[in-house]
Amino acid sequence: MLAKEIADILCAAPLTEWDEKIMNQDYRNVFATDLMSDALAMIQDNEESTVLLTGLCNSQTLRTAEMLDVRFIVFVRGKYLQDIDLEMAKNMDITCLATDLTMYDACGRLYQKGVAGIYG
Amino acid sequence: MDSILQKEYTVVQDDYVNAGKVSSDIKTTLAEIGISPKILRKIAVASYESEINLIIHAYGGKVYLDVSDDGYISLVFKDPGPGIPDLEKALTPGWSTASEKARGMGFGAGMGLPNIQRVSDEFDIESSPQGTTLKLGFRAAV
Ligand SMILES: Nc1ncnc2c1ncn2[C@@H]1O[C@H](COP(=O)(O)OP(=O)(O)OP(=O)(O)O)[C@@H](O)[C@H]1O
Ligand SMILES: [Mg+2]
Repeated sequence: MLAKEIADILCAAPLTEWDEKIMNQDYRNVFATDLMSDALAMIQDNEESTVLLTGLCNSQTLRTAEMLDVRFIVFVRGKYLQDIDLEMAKNMDITCLATDLTMYDACGRLYQKGVAGIYG
Repeated sequence: MDSILQKEYTVVQDDYVNAGKVSSDIKTTLAEIGISPKILRKIAVASYESEINLIIHAYGGKVYLDVSDDGYISLVFKDPGPGIPDLEKALTPGWSTASEKARGMGFGAGMGLPNIQRVSDEFDIESSPQGTTLKLGFRAAV
C-alpha cells in the first residue's frame, strides 16, 4: 500500500515535509509498539517496506528507526515531535506523520485494509 | 590480523539527550568503509541497545570499536558499575530493572541483552559490582 494511502486511512498529517517520492512508495508491513526494544528485536527484515506505528514521541523513537533503517513513522494519539526532534528526523531522512487515532483504532483500520504485520 | 580502524567513545549516565549518538556514529563510520547494510543493521541494533544500557543502568561507560583487516568487527562496552547481580536473569527476555524514567523513553522491555546476543556472532559478558564488560564480535567482509 502506498504511504499516501496509509496517511489517508489514518487521517494522518505530516510532521516532516511531505515527500512525494516517499508518499508514493509501497509499504507492506506494520509494526506497532511503544517499546523501542521490542521494535529493535522484532523488525528483522523488510525494513524498507515497514511502517513503525508508535505512541512514543521522542528522539529515541527516531534513533530506533535510524538503527533499523526504518524510514516511515506514524505517531498515534495526536502526539507531536518537538522542533529539535523534527530537525533530527529531517537529517535522518525519516518521514513522520501524526494521527489523532488511538493505537488500537489505527492498527484496526490498517488491518481491515489488508496491511500485514511484520511476518507478511 | 591488523587493526584498520579504531575508535573510542564516552557515554554519560542518564544522558537521554545524546542517547544513540555513539551508535549512530559507529553505523556511519562502518558504512563508510563499506560494511553491507544487512550486517550494519545488526551492529547498529546491538550497539544502540548496549549504549542505552550504559546510560540507563550503569554509571555511564566507554565504547571501543575495532575493525581488523580480515573483516572482524569488535565492539566493547565497559562500565564502572554497579554491575549485574544475576547475569542469567539479565539475559532472560522480559527481565528488567529499568527506572520509570528509562521506561518513559521507550526502554525497559527486558529485550536488550537477549536481542544483542541474537544479532552478534560473538557475545561475552562479565560483571561484578566494579563494572560490566560486554564484548561483541561481528564477521563482515571488507
Ligand atoms: N551495563 C549494565 N549495568 C548494570 N546493569 C545492567 C547493565 N546492562 C543490563 N543491566 C541489567 O540487566 C537487565 C536486562 O537488560 P536488558 O538490556 O536485557 O533489558 P532492559 O535494559 O531492562 O530493557 P530493554 O533493553 O528492553 O529496554 C536490566 O534491566 C538491568 O537490570
Ligand atoms: Mg536494555
